[in-house]
Amino acid sequence: MKKLRDRAVALLDEGTVSLVIGYEEGTKRPRPLFCRNSETARKLIFDSRCFHNLAVYVTKKELVGKERFAVTAPISTLRSILQLYVENQLSEDKLLVLTVDTSGELREFVTFDEISAYVAQFEMKRGEREQEILAKIEGMTREERWKFWMAEMSHCFKCYACRSACPLCYCTKCVVEINRPQWINPWPSPLSNMEWHVNRAMHMVGRCTACGACGDACPVGIPIDLITRKMMEDLAPEFGYIPGQPAKQGNALSSWKLDDREQFIR
Amino acid sequence: METKYISQGGLAQWFESIVASGKRVYAPVNSRGQVDFKLVKKLSEVADDYIQTTQSIKASVYPKAEVLFTYEKEHGKVNLTDFDPDTIPETVLWKVHPCDAAGFKPLSAIFNWDSADKLHNAHLVKTSVISFSCAKADESCFCTSVNGSPGNTAGSDVQLTVLPDGGAIAEILTPKGEALVALLPSVFEADRGDKKEQCLVDLPARFSLEEVNAKLNKAFNSTVWKEQSERCIGCGACAFVCPTCACFDIQEDVHGSKGRRIRCWDACGFALFTLHTSGHNPREHQSQRWRQRILHKFSYMPDRLSVVGCTGCGRCSRACPVDMNILEHITSIAKQ
Repeated sequence: MKKLRDRAVALLDEGTVSLVIGYEEGTKRPRPLFCRNSETARKLIFDSRCFHNLAVYVTKKELVGKERFAVTAPISTLRSILQLYVENQLSEDKLLVLTVDTSGELREFVTFDEISAYVAQFEMKRGEREQEILAKIEGMTREERWKFWMAEMSHCFKCYACRSACPLCYCTKCVVEINRPQWINPWPSPLSNMEWHVNRAMHMVGRCTACGACGDACPVGIPIDLITRKMMEDLAPEFGYIPGQPAKQGNALSSWKLDDREQFIR
Repeated sequence: METKYISQGGLAQWFESIVASGKRVYAPVNSRGQVDFKLVKKLSEVADDYIQTTQSIKASVYPKAEVLFTYEKEHGKVNLTDFDPDTIPETVLWKVHPCDAAGFKPLSAIFNWDSADKLHNAHLVKTSVISFSCAKADESCFCTSVNGSPGNTAGSDVQLTVLPDGGAIAEILTPKGEALVALLPSVFEADRGDKKEQCLVDLPARFSLEEVNAKLNKAFNSTVWKEQSERCIGCGACAFVCPTCACFDIQEDVHGSKGRRIRCWDACGFALFTLHTSGHNPREHQSQRWRQRILHKFSYMPDRLSVVGCTGCGRCSRACPVDMNILEHITSIAKQ
């Protein structure tokens, strides 16, 4: 952690980057910190409690500016950065990525290939919470699953924290913000809540890297991260990609093949 | 105002008689790992060991979505059916914290700012509040900094202060409170002289409102908004759990020749909230929206409506995914 902090301080002092996005001690747990000088960077921390996905900030132009910046990234953030790169949202000459590996050593990534090679070492596994809830859902019939999600979604009050916390929800205008015409009714109701969550899930298919930020952000405790995670798990074998790593042959929802084995798409 | 004593058994009987009276009773219930207000029938359903409900009781007097009127076009004529206040059922809110009850005043000040809001007022008339003073608080609580206290009775019809024997001091504060007591007067005994203050959590004030207000009056162009809001991701979690946030949207739900006009929750933190048809947005950046949130609560409302727009419940700080801690931010503004 000290090495990472020292490196961040040096990067700012020598002018290599104009900003380091990292973590500082918060009031309840570590929180995002934006360091534009080395004095602020001395507050940086990096440990296992730092799981907020900082990749959510790297596409915000008003935050990161035009100059080169650095981000401190645990594995979940690295996965999102790779996906953002594949989607042409990031460029190597603007971003420097710092992490601390499992042996406690500071790692500095200049190219996305380096990040890709590093991320490939880590297998995407369900945590205890994910396993518990998903196992329950997988044991349900279709009707039971529908009931489960309808009940969960009934708590949604459309604060869109799930969207705001997601690094891959970088659209400057989200489908719920298109109001001419209003595609999705903005008030919470069983139908409009489901419309939002189905839309969100569909837009995440083959892109979600299961960082869990959406579920973590939900103030009313809906395990919405599990929808996109499960879709990621289910899609990976079908589309030949490794969960948590970008699809090499295009995103599932935005690519198609003439020789697709499904009739409807041909 | 009258003070009485009610035993633990008496409380249970009184609760039963309120339910039996046919009024809807909402109380904090623990389910799915969260405590929130739900329709209850039995006292055993009511949550016990918690600091704060995730959501405030705001929805009881300002529903998440409410039909203002419905309309139908027929042979070139438009038939309107207005909101009917008589459709609102009598409602009792049980085990409300003083910071939630105190939220009614700022909410009503906004809704009745220029003209009387028929819907909000209809809910208020039909709602009775039985608050419980606070014996516990956490690091997000700061009611004592915003004119409140763990035993504040503002907005309550009856306030109960639970005693070590399980009974409670009952402060009967309003005619609505008297009407609730009248449902089972026999369980209300003479005041035993129990000291309410001894049952309340000690929560020292963290800042002075006057000081904050004075600082904010000069802070519109301060860099503090940008500094504080850098990590804000622009969701509406803080606004939606807040007992006093009243931003709303008006929407049409049209199906052929019929339709409903709906008022639903909105949030000043959303980019769409102030977006003009022209494409211009006077609050284009998150920092401007954060400034609006703070100035509205701590400057505009005290100046224009003579009520502070924050009750110190701490919900926004607890709900925020990125630890935008309002107490920390306001305290730092006060110290500037």
